[in-house]
Amino acid sequence: MSEKATPILETTGLKLHFPVRGGIFQRATNSCKAVDGVDLLINSGETLGLVGESGCGKSTLGKTIARLYKPTAGNIRFEGQEIGDLKRKELQPFRREIQMIFQDPYESLNPRQTVGGILEEPYVIHKLGTREERRKWVKELLEKVGLPESSINRFPFEFSGGQRQRIGIARALALKPKLIICDEAVSALDVSIQSQILNLLLDLQKELGLTYLFISHDLAVVKHVSDRIAIMYLGRIVETGDAETIYQKPAHPYTQALLTAIPVPDPEHIPSKQILEGDVPSPIHPPDGCPFHTRCPHVEERCRIEEPVLENAGKKEHLKSCHLNF
Amino acid sequence: MEFDTDEGTVRAVDGISLEISAGRTLGIVGESGCGKSVTALSIMRLLPKPMGRIASGEIKFDGTDLIKLPAEDMRTVRGNRIGMIFQEPMTALNPVKKIGVQLSEVFFLHQTASKEEAWKKSVEMLDKVGIPSPEIRAGEYPHQLSGGMRQRVVIAIALACGPELVIADEPTTALDVTIQAQILDLMKSLQRDLGMAVALITHDLGVIAETCDEVCVMYAGRVVERAPVKTLFANPRHAYTQGLLASIPRLDGQPKTHLRTIDGMVPALKELRPGCRFGPRSGREHTETQLEARPEFIEIETGHWIEACPVCTE
Repeated sequence: MSEKATPILETTGLKLHFPVRGGIFQRATNSCKAVDGVDLLINSGETLGLVGESGCGKSTLGKTIARLYKPTAGNIRFEGQEIGDLKRKELQPFRREIQMIFQDPYESLNPRQTVGGILEEPYVIHKLGTREERRKWVKELLEKVGLPESSINRFPFEFSGGQRQRIGIARALALKPKLIICDEAVSALDVSIQSQILNLLLDLQKELGLTYLFISHDLAVVKHVSDRIAIMYLGRIVETGDAETIYQKPAHPYTQALLTAIPVPDPEHIPSKQILEGDVPSPIHPPDGCPFHTRCPHVEERCRIEEPVLENAGKKEHLKSCHLNF
Repeated sequence: MEFDTDEGTVRAVDGISLEISAGRTLGIVGESGCGKSVTALSIMRLLPKPMGRIASGEIKFDGTDLIKLPAEDMRTVRGNRIGMIFQEPMTALNPVKKIGVQLSEVFFLHQTASKEEAWKKSVEMLDKVGIPSPEIRAGEYPHQLSGGMRQRVVIAIALACGPELVIADEPTTALDVTIQAQILDLMKSLQRDLGMAVALITHDLGVIAETCDEVCVMYAGRVVERAPVKTLFANPRHAYTQGLLASIPRLDGQPKTHLRTIDGMVPALKELRPGCRFGPRSGREHTETQLEARPEFIEIETGHWIEACPVCTE
């Protein structure tokens, strides 16, 4: 970012707990703390990469920001306006501004709808344009994502995975949103197709000035597309900073382990692996103190008792949540 | 290797030759649908019947041709001298049987052990693959374990009889990176201890670079390049290998720049032509003859083989 960064989205203390029900009356006996106090800031025009292992709550966080879920606690401010507690009707205008691209292009497209129908639907829902205008817009969308005009009357099953993902992207672009949440948007694709889609996303961002929240478990992909990166573990952000800093000088032991765990496609590279032991604890019973202490190689006594907060890790806008310094 | 489908017979694997030396690791890499898994199933003679069959060729294992082996004899090889690790540990394990029972089965089948002995060996095996408190775990069901732990159980079953060859089909694809690192590390140390050969099937070039001695790159049912791992990464000769290597995002790459892509997509099996299969996607001009006549598979330097389409390897 050369010009001064302005926040487009900000969350403070965002929580989303799913009730765990049990007993004959199916009363909530406990809760799954999928997102547990997240402070996140996305600047206009940037890509924020959100990384974490399965079950860490990154998808839930993405869906909560898109207001597909109602947060249990905390605030979501979009362009300065609070959207965390808005009702269904009141949310309508914001639905146009925030869109999502999903992981599985096989499941996120209605198999009984033509591509034209899928892409027209957002306009119909928001009562935009006449029939002819909508038709024209759909054609423009297809051209933008590199699909032939003839796709309009075809069905999703006639397309390959990569093409289907292009349809998903076109649908997300339909209402000219400002923020797009890409939830594992390229994870299901083969490498040669993955690079095509990543290039498309980068081009669209440049052309339309989009802001992305790019959710993925693949650090190499995230590093490639992001300006800033946030690392998530067990419902919390453990480190955030600009992409280069996170990669060069990771300050949290989890980030360090995550980075060394990625296999490097170079046989001359000598891996200096720091292999984490054990598994991610259950978000229903998260450990006391630091959520990472059960797997941390540097664990100290106070890590087990005291919960660390996100604080400055040296460089500007580089935050970590860890008691120790490396 | 051929499959009968509704639209006629398709050839999923088309005349490939592989070699794995004892104690070494061969990586088989390629995109979905290139025939990697079918190759593995063919070696194990586990192709779905009656649609799948091996149309021609031979699979030599320690001197004997596995294809000619009667089903009875094949059963003494499978699971005993050749083990297999599957991708999805939840589907590879029987959900209604205790882990210890599933492991004991292997010893019953191949080593005529008594019940107590088989159980004891199972617990030892679980310990060997790094499962904490193996006595307790042996009495649990697969759903009680995490993904990483389940994959360790699958590995324990594959290695139970001390096989000479293990075929691992995407063993870490379903796992998170930190768990993947644990499993790859475990496989490496077990290989050191037990000295088995490993055929590792994956789509992840990073995993290949870190674990394999030799690599085969497959495309549309054929091996397009085979080389020692260092040679393949330093000096890839086939256009497909080059494209594949260039299209992966790297941690030390220039961020937010265009990645190299391979145009188009993997062709459907029924549309394949006999000549250079990568031709239509290579972005290089192929003559009609080059697309019709199968290029030879030649050795260009010691251990480095390529499918010698003159355009794709110029």
